[in-house]
Amino acid sequence: MKLTLSSSPHQRVRRDTSQVMRLVILAMIPGIMAQVIIFGFGVLIQATIAVITAVITEAAILQIRGRSAKFALNDFSAVLTALLLAVSIPPLLPWWMTILGTFFAIAVVKQLYGGLGFNLFNPAMAGYVMLLISFPAAMTLWLPPQSLASIQPDFVNVLTIIMTGFTESGHSMDQLRMAADGITMATPLDSVKTALSQNYTYPEALDEAIFTNNLNASAGAGWAWVSLAYLVGGLFLVKINVINWHIPTAMLAAAALLSAVFYIADSDSFASPIFHLLNGSLLFGAFFIATDPVTASTTDKGRLVFGAFIGMWVIVIRTFGGYPDAVAFAVIVMNMAVPLIDYYTRPRTYGHTAKRARKP
Amino acid sequence: MLRSTDEIIADLKAGKCHSFTGGVHPPDEKSLSNTTNIQTLPLPDKIILPLRQHIGTEGSICVAEGEHVKKGQALTKSSHPYAVPIHASTSGIVREITRHVVAHPSGLSEDCIIIEPDGLDEWVKLTPIPHFQTLPQQTVVEAICDAGVAGMGGAGFPTHIKTGNNKTIEFLIINGAECEPYITSDDRLMQEHAWQIRQGIDVLHHLISPTAVVIAIEDNKPDAIKALKIACQDKPEYLVVAVETKYPAGGEKQLIQMLTQREVPRHGLPADVGVLMFNVGTCFAVAGAIYEGKPLVERVVTVTGRAVEQPGNYWARLGTPVSHLLNHATYQVKKQSAPQIVMGGPMMGFTLSSMAVPIVKISNCLLAPAKGEASLNEHERACIRCGACADVCPASLLPQQIFWHAKAKELDKAQAYDLFDCIECGACAYVCPSEIPLVHYYRQAKAEIRLEKEEKSRAEKAKERFEARNARLIREKQEREERHQKAKAAREAAIANKSKAATVDSNDAKDKVAAALARAKAKKAAQQPESDVPAALDTQADKKAQVAAAIARAKAKKEAAQANDTNEILPEDERKAKVAAAVARAKAKKEAAQTNDTNEITTEDERKAKVAAAVARAKAKKEAAQANDTNEISAEDERKAKVAAAVARAKAKKEAAQANDTNEISAEDEGKAKVAAAVARAKAKKQQAAESSSSDGPADANNLISKNVDFSSAEEQSHHDDEKRKRIAAAVAKAKAKQAAKKDNNETE
Repeated sequence: MKLTLSSSPHQRVRRDTSQVMRLVILAMIPGIMAQVIIFGFGVLIQATIAVITAVITEAAILQIRGRSAKFALNDFSAVLTALLLAVSIPPLLPWWMTILGTFFAIAVVKQLYGGLGFNLFNPAMAGYVMLLISFPAAMTLWLPPQSLASIQPDFVNVLTIIMTGFTESGHSMDQLRMAADGITMATPLDSVKTALSQNYTYPEALDEAIFTNNLNASAGAGWAWVSLAYLVGGLFLVKINVINWHIPTAMLAAAALLSAVFYIADSDSFASPIFHLLNGSLLFGAFFIATDPVTASTTDKGRLVFGAFIGMWVIVIRTFGGYPDAVAFAVIVMNMAVPLIDYYTRPRTYGHTAKRARKP
Repeated sequence: MLRSTDEIIADLKAGKCHSFTGGVHPPDEKSLSNTTNIQTLPLPDKIILPLRQHIGTEGSICVAEGEHVKKGQALTKSSHPYAVPIHASTSGIVREITRHVVAHPSGLSEDCIIIEPDGLDEWVKLTPIPHFQTLPQQTVVEAICDAGVAGMGGAGFPTHIKTGNNKTIEFLIINGAECEPYITSDDRLMQEHAWQIRQGIDVLHHLISPTAVVIAIEDNKPDAIKALKIACQDKPEYLVVAVETKYPAGGEKQLIQMLTQREVPRHGLPADVGVLMFNVGTCFAVAGAIYEGKPLVERVVTVTGRAVEQPGNYWARLGTPVSHLLNHATYQVKKQSAPQIVMGGPMMGFTLSSMAVPIVKISNCLLAPAKGEASLNEHERACIRCGACADVCPASLLPQQIFWHAKAKELDKAQAYDLFDCIECGACAYVCPSEIPLVHYYRQAKAEIRLEKEEKSRAEKAKERFEARNARLIREKQEREERHQKAKAAREAAIANKSKAATVDSNDAKDKVAAALARAKAKKAAQQPESDVPAALDTQADKKAQVAAAIARAKAKKEAAQANDTNEILPEDERKAKVAAAVARAKAKKEAAQTNDTNEITTEDERKAKVAAAVARAKAKKEAAQANDTNEISAEDERKAKVAAAVARAKAKKEAAQANDTNEISAEDEGKAKVAAAVARAKAKKQQAAESSSSDGPADANNLISKNVDFSSAEEQSHHDDEKRKRIAAAVAKAKAKQAAKKDNNETE
C-alpha cells in the first residue's frame, strides 16, 4: 500500500485567508448599515459597482498573468478591497469614478505589484487617494445626514444621480447637499476646518447645525454613529483574533494624545480629541484600513510604531494640512516605512542575549 | 539576570508557573486514547531492529546470522561514548543482518538485525543492581548505557551522556508535559507506572544530585499529576508541577522557560543554566535497567486517530513493524482520504513511507487520521504577512521573513533572521491562514545551508592544499636557483684564477673563446652540406640557410685571420686553402650577379643581365682553373665548384629572363651595367677577405649564395687592406672550418 507523504504539522487551524477576509467583511456590516441609515442607499450602490469592478478586474489580470482566477478570487481579498473603497468615497460619486478607483486599486496597486501579499500600498486607500487627487471636488461632496437634508432621495433617485448626475425629479447634486435651512451642508471636519481658517474659535465652529444636539456637541450629526458602528465591528475583529490590537490602539492613542496636546495648549484654535476620534474616518481607518496585514508592519513593536505614526499624521494633516481628513494619506505614507520599521523592531530571539549585530 | 534557585523553588512550590512566548492551542484529542490501560500485543512474525535508534553512532554488531538470541541479549556493543547498544526484544533466531526501511521522514533504509521470534519470549539472565547507592557512579552510568537507554521523548539522546555531566545542576526536570496532541503514551505510563518512574528519578537524582527535582506535567493530565504526586509524596524535594497546556510546552527550552524563566543560551545546553531534563519514559527505562536489570526492549506506543477503531496505548517491542500495531488497533484505510500514517504527533511527526517500518526507542505514537482530520498541504496561498506565525513562535522568530528569504533562496538573509534557532515545532504552519508549509521551507533551507557549508569547507581545504603545493614549488625553485648561482660563481672564480696563472690577458682568452665558438658553429653546420648540396640548392629555405652559413663562415674566417695574426693558427695545407678560396669566390660571384638585379634599380635590360652572367661565368671559370692548377685537388671540390658555377649561371639567366619579362623596363646604358659588374667583382674580392656584418648561423663550406651584402659597403671596403693577405687568411680559416667539419662528421658518424 502506498502511503501519502506530507510535511508536518498535519493539523491546522481551520481559519484560512478566505475566512479571514470574510470575517472582516462581516465586521463591516454594522458600519455599512449605519451609513445606509444616515446617508441613504448610495453606499450600497457604490459597493455593488466596486465589487463587480474588482472581481472582473482581478479575474482579467489573473487571466493575463496565467494564474488561476478562481483560486485567487476565492480568497475574497478583491471583494474586501472594493468594499473598503466603496464605504470611503462619497455615496453619490459618479459611477465611473468608482469604477476607475476600483480598477486602479486592483490592477495597478495590487496586481501589478504581484497580487495578494506582494502589494506595497493599501489598495483601497491608494485608489481613494488617486480619486481624491484627480477629482477633488466630486470626492468631497458628501450629503448631509438625511435627518438634516432638505431632500431625501429614495433608492431610485440615488441610483439615477450616481448614473446620470441628476435625480429623476431633476435635482442636481448641489440641491441635494442643501440642508433644511437651504444652506449647503459641509462635513463636520470640513466645517470646523473652514471656520477655524476664518478665525472663528473652535467652540464657535461647533455652533453649526451639524453639531447641535450630538454627543456633547463635538460629534457631527450621523457621522459619529457611523464611526461608532465601525468601532463595534473593529472590536469584534480584535476579539476573534483576526486583527491584532496593536495597530488600532497605537493609532487612536497617538491621535488622541497629539490632539489633546494641541487642544490643551489652545482650545480655541484646535479641535478636541473627542472631535477627532468621532469625526471622519479615524475609527474606521484604525480597525479596517491600517490593519491590512499585507501593508502593515508584522512585528508587535513595529505595529505599535506603525499605528502611532499613522495617528500622528492624521492629526497633523487635519490640523495643518489642506485636506479635511487624512487617514488615507497617513496610511500610504506609513506603508512606505514598513520595511524600515520591521527591520528595526525585530523581537529578541529565544536564547539570544545582547542585541545582535544586524546583518541585512 | 537569572533568578535565584530559591526564588524559583518557592514559586514552583506555590504552584506558580510562568509561560513562554507564542505557542498554540490545538485540540488535544487525547481522550481518544487515554481512557484505556496499556495493552500488550502478541508477538509479531519478525522483529526488525535498526542498529541506530537514537542520536549518535551505532554500536558494533556482536551476533551472527543464524545465531539464537534471548530476549534482552545485546546485539550490538557500545564502542563509542555516543553509542548505546540495542537488545533483542524477544528470543529467536537472527535471520538476517541487512538494510531495511526505518523510521525516517525520507524513508531511508539502514542496517537492521532481523529476528524471527521462537515464541518462547525467553529472557537472558538479568543482573539488577537495586543497591545502586552503594556502587560507584561509574558503574551505575555504565549499567544505564548497557541497558540501551536513550531519551524516549523524541530526540533519543543517549541518557548516560547526560548523567555524566560535570556542571552543577540545580534543577533536574522530569518532562511529562506531552504537549503534542493525540499522544498519550507518557500520560498512561505516568498513570499506571508512577512508582517505577519515581524509582528512575531516584537513580537520576543519585547520579546528578540537583538542588530540586521538578516533575512537569501539562494541566490537561490531572490523573497523571495525581499519580506522580502520590508516588513522590515522601520526597519533599520532588516537586510535581502542573504547567499550562500550550503547545509546545514539552519542548525542552520552553519547559525550562516556563519553570525557571531561564533561557538556554543560543549555542548552549540546558546544563549551562543549571538544568537537566529527562522524559518520564526515560526515567521508567532507567528504573527498569537498574532495579530489574532489564535492558530497553519495549516502549509504550499510542495508536490513535479516527481511522483506527481501537485507539489506545500498547506495549510494543522495539522492532515491531508498524503494520502489526495498526492491525491490532484495527486500522481502517477506507476512513482516510488517502492512506497516511504519521509517526509521532500531528505537529512534529512525519509521515511514513512504508508500513514495514519498525518501532524504535523514540517512536511514541502512530497516528492514522481519518478524512478531514488532518490537512494535506494542498492549498498553499501567498503569504499575506498577517504575522500570525510570529505571534505563536516560541522562539520569537519572524517566520514570515524567514519564509520569504527561504523561498527566494536568500539563505544568508534567512540565517540573519535566525533560521537556525527554529525548533521546527510547527506552530507557525499550524496557524498560517495561507496554509503555507513553513516548517518544510525551513528544513529545506537548513539542509541547503548545511550542504553549502560542507562544500565550502571542502573547497577551502582543496584551496589550502593547492596553495601549499604552489609554495613548495616556488621554494624548491628558489633553492635550485641559489644552488646554480653558487655553482656559477665558483666556476667564474676558477676561470679567473686560471687565466691569471697563465699570465694571459683576459681579452685574449675571450678572443680564444669566441674563435672556438665560431669554429664549433662552423663545424656543426658543415655536417649537412657535404651530402646535400644538389638538393639543397633547389629550395629557397636551403638557400637562406646557406646564406647564413656563408656569413658565419666569413666570420669564422675573419676570426681565423685574427687568430693567424696572433700566431695561434696551425700550418695549413695550401691546396685546401685554395679550394676554399675558390668556393668563396664562386659565392661572391653569385652575389655579384644577384646584387645587380636585387639592388632595386627599377629596371634592367637584357644586355646588363647578360653581362652580369658573363662576368659570373668568367669568374667561375677562372676559379675553376685556379682550382685546377692545384695538384691534389679533390674530385669533390672540383665538381662542387662547377656545380656552383652552373648554379650561378642558371640563376643569372633566370633573373635575366625575369627582368626581361617585367613591364617596367626602362633603358639602361651599357656603361652602367659594366660599372655594376665591376663593383660586384670588387665586392667579391672583398668578400674573399671575408668581411661580414652578420653574426651567426650554420656555416656551409659549399655555400655559393649570399644575399646580405650591401652594394655600397662592398665598394667602400674594397679599398681596404691588402687583398692578398686577406685571401690567405680567409683560405686558412675556411680550411680550418672544413677540417673541423670533417672531423665533426667523423665523430658523429
